Amino acid sequence: MEGQSITKVVLLACGSFNPVTNMHLRMFELARDHLEDTGQYRVVKGIISPVGDGYKKKGLIEACHRLEMARLATESSDWITVDSWESLQPDWVETAKVIRHHYDELLAAEQNNDDVDTVKYAKKRRIQENYFEGSSHHKKRDGAQLMLLCGADVLESFGIPNMWKQEDIAEIVGRYGLVCITRSGNDPHKFIHQSDMLWKYRKNIQVVHEWVTNEISATHVRRALRRGRSVRYLLPDSVVHYIQENDLYSAESERKNADVVLAPLQRNTAASSS
Amino acid sequence: MATSRVPLVLLACGSFNPITNQHMRLFELARDHMHSTGQYQVVGGIVSPVSDGYGKQGLVLAKHRIAMAKLALQSSNWVTVDEWESKQPDWTETVVTMRYHYGRILKEYEQSTERNSDSNENTTPLSNPCPQLKLLCGADFLDTFKIPGLWRDDHVEEVSGRFGLVCVSRGGLQPERAVHESDTLSRHRQNIFLVREWVRNETSATDIRRALRRGLSVKYLIPDTVIEYIHQHNLYTEDSERKNKGTVLRPLAKEAQQLVKSLDD
Repeated sequence: MEGQSITKVVLLACGSFNPVTNMHLRMFELARDHLEDTGQYRVVKGIISPVGDGYKKKGLIEACHRLEMARLATESSDWITVDSWESLQPDWVETAKVIRHHYDELLAAEQNNDDVDTVKYAKKRRIQENYFEGSSHHKKRDGAQLMLLCGADVLESFGIPNMWKQEDIAEIVGRYGLVCITRSGNDPHKFIHQSDMLWKYRKNIQVVHEWVTNEISATHVRRALRRGRSVRYLLPDSVVHYIQENDLYSAESERKNADVVLAPLQRNTAASSS
Repeated sequence: MATSRVPLVLLACGSFNPITNQHMRLFELARDHMHSTGQYQVVGGIVSPVSDGYGKQGLVLAKHRIAMAKLALQSSNWVTVDEWESKQPDWTETVVTMRYHYGRILKEYEQSTERNSDSNENTTPLSNPCPQLKLLCGADFLDTFKIPGLWRDDHVEEVSGRFGLVCVSRGGLQPERAVHESDTLSRHRQNIFLVREWVRNETSATDIRRALRRGLSVKYLIPDTVIEYIHQHNLYTEDSERKNKGTVLRPLAKEAQQLVKSLDD
């Protein structure tokens, strides 16, 4: 059976990662298991893309720390990587633009037979093998597809006024695709049904049900840290050590950007009123 | 003068088939909570895997469960694994395991106070309070006291009265209800510490075994070292899950035997 071709997928997760938790990492594992189980996809790489400081979210600490924590957290993974492009942009970048950037990188990497990411050699080699293994059998371009990986909360944020530009949603879901991890009990299908745009592209939305509840929110982790409580086993040990060494999350850091309007809301509100 | 805190050791009994991050979270949450009472200083944690005689379905050999717990706790500086319970030929009542560990802890304490009084005659007993041992458990554990034939009344009395419980729950009022519905537990409620876990993080070992059988990823739910060990020894398979299938759980069998014996008398 050579007929059925398997599509390679790169999963991209955008977010604050303030800090990265085991739940973020679990989302990648769940998404990969789900996509590969369909028999149609092979997940070759995961990318964590922390948002830039210009996002202005309350309690958002400097991108350099968030990047480093994500790097430490993914050290033990042979397929999840961290990319700094988004976090290094001076202003907040729309997610659609981040996806476009990574898609261009993907195309370039396919042409150069080279991965531009600064991942460790073993991981780099493994990811390259994932990309190019068997590619000689195919004449047409069978490059990897890029999909946005997110929690059900991101899907639902599509409904928040001024949070997203409608054409961006259309591009993300229509052109690229979405893998949405949901907790048991939540029903994203209902949300998809209620939105004309999401319903139109419903075939590009993969809903993955989490089989264990693993609600480790970064907000919860920061709260525990401010109060001097243990966060061990909620995030990798290396990240816990990094937080302690750099004294990262305090009452003071949580006040950062308090009363500042989130960058997307600022930008999109200005755009819609002008 | 500052009153000294009571040194406390937390003991967790269970299958640990396999140990998960959630098991280790229980210890962290319990320690934070007990410290916040201002009365206790947690000086140690013990993971005590049940012996093979327990007869639970899918229970892999104790030597593997011990090895995995040791790997998982390598990075902890206060929780350790103890093999005593797992090495007993038959299943051991939790209270018997507690007596064993408390005996051991008291002996160490007595030896250290003897040494202290030798060197310093002014040592007051208050400066070095006697250590305590409490059973650490999850929310569903208190409900097991209600299952007919699973616990002996005098054992519930001893576990909750003489030793005490630290019970970690996830949100709901389940543990409060369990205490309320039991006369014995209600009587000793001062000695039952309920810790609330605000993060729903409900990894059960059953979920882990199911995922492993199906070839799904369990990374970040259990430590990498434990995953490696499981793969090396090909531990959780459809075969291993059939182990003890249809076997009566040892505590239930034991209780039934005693019932028959007392009827014979």
